Amino acid sequence: MTTGKEDMLDVHRLRRSYRTAARTVDAVGNVTFSVAEGELACVVGPSGCGKTTLLRCIAGLLAPSGGTVAVDGREVSGPPAETAVVFQEYGRSLFPWLRAGENVALPLRPRGLSGRERRARVAEALKAVDLAGAERAYPWELSGGMQQRVAIARAIAYRPKLLLMDEPFAAVDAQTRADLEDLILGLWRDLGITVLFITHDIDEAVYLGQRVLVLSASPTVVMEDVAVDLPASRDQLTTRADPRFAALRSKVYRLIRSAHGERGE
Amino acid sequence: MRTLWRVFALVALPAVLLAVWWFASADSKDFFLPPLSRILNSFDTVWTAQRWRADVLPSVLRLLAGYVAAAILGIAAGTVIGSSRKVRATTEPVLEFLRALPPPVLVPVIMLFAGIGTGMKIAVIISGCVWPVLLNTVEGVRAVDGVLTDTCTVYRVTGARRLFRLTLPAASPQIVTGLRQALSLGIILMVISEMFAASSGLGFTIVQFQRSFAIPGMWSGIILLGLLGVAMSVLFALFERWALAWYLGMRRTGGRE
Repeated sequence: MTTGKEDMLDVHRLRRSYRTAARTVDAVGNVTFSVAEGELACVVGPSGCGKTTLLRCIAGLLAPSGGTVAVDGREVSGPPAETAVVFQEYGRSLFPWLRAGENVALPLRPRGLSGRERRARVAEALKAVDLAGAERAYPWELSGGMQQRVAIARAIAYRPKLLLMDEPFAAVDAQTRADLEDLILGLWRDLGITVLFITHDIDEAVYLGQRVLVLSASPTVVMEDVAVDLPASRDQLTTRADPRFAALRSKVYRLIRSAHGERGE
Repeated sequence: MRTLWRVFALVALPAVLLAVWWFASADSKDFFLPPLSRILNSFDTVWTAQRWRADVLPSVLRLLAGYVAAAILGIAAGTVIGSSRKVRATTEPVLEFLRALPPPVLVPVIMLFAGIGTGMKIAVIISGCVWPVLLNTVEGVRAVDGVLTDTCTVYRVTGARRLFRLTLPAASPQIVTGLRQALSLGIILMVISEMFAASSGLGFTIVQFQRSFAIPGMWSGIILLGLLGVAMSVLFALFERWALAWYLGMRRTGGRE
């Protein structure tokens, strides 16, 4: 398979196995997909299907057992440049000994930015997530939703070409979650970055994505690549009330249920 | 009102104990247990400016030198050992052995190598203080949160920046615990090192008084040692409050442990 110029992310026959005492278990069986530049793709799958393993392979935190991952045309062997990750455990991915602004600034120094540029970027990123006043607060002084917004600000201040999100809103309440979803949509539209959004929430995947990649149970393969043909601008009320939204949601739901069935549950 | 209560809580018990000592010993005829009033009176004559310069100050300076050296050594070695599972596995048995040796036992041995001067006394303090710092640093460095490590890896925070922004701050609550344990050990070792072949120092002076039957002087030296310990621990508490401000704040807000 050739890497198209317009593909920001290319995952080809990715396999990742774990060795236990008794045998070798394939967590990720054979995953192939690509995400075009500027696209927002969501990944859903039944619980325990190796979503996080997949993301860790793409982020260069875990070496694949087979197959390749390419970001921006370059094969991944360690953490790729131009890639930012927002983790699920926001409380544990912010440095509690650094203030919010320092957390956002931390990855910027190795990028060769001057002090003034760094400060400008931090202020801009915090403003983009609506936390302009919280620069000097420590993470533990902020609510869960605000902490995750700091983590998002850190990711966008880094100016990645590819943004990976690993169930980022799984641990916040419903209202905060809806706000954060719209925040991500807004940032994605404004910044033109490529986003791969991993979630276990089918509604969230359909609401956010231009595409939804449905994974099977372990050993994981891509069961179906569902194009989300909803209007480009999404709205928590009207989009979720759209009959087309309901149809897509049911389709993905059925796929995931059949994935469970295959596993014999 | 709260401050008042705290001041009261702080001084109440020492005041009671002093009062008990004062009255119980008031008309003591025992040569070895003189009245507290006599001990306190001897402070002026025993602890003169000359004695502070010649005995107290050198002791404190040796303590500080040994303690700081042990802290740097312990944190540096602990970081290296804690960062690598292989190094940890190979060094652990040796560390456990060395840690189990009571430092006073080493004094004659250290004298063989370091003589009987200042170097020996500092070496004794280092040999005892380094272990709690080192072992706590190993534990702290080993327990750095995996998500934070991943975050640094993803954002390509490496080298010295990773050390000072991730590893050391993450381990700092444990490191401080080790430093606190080392401080009380340091005072003990300071005194012990001065009981062997010394010609000056607090420990030396106290032993000297004891041997020459200057009993009130001996007692005053012991009290002075205690006060020195209190002063050190107050200073350490201030340092801890500064260095671990984030940690204490996080715990107060019920944040993650």
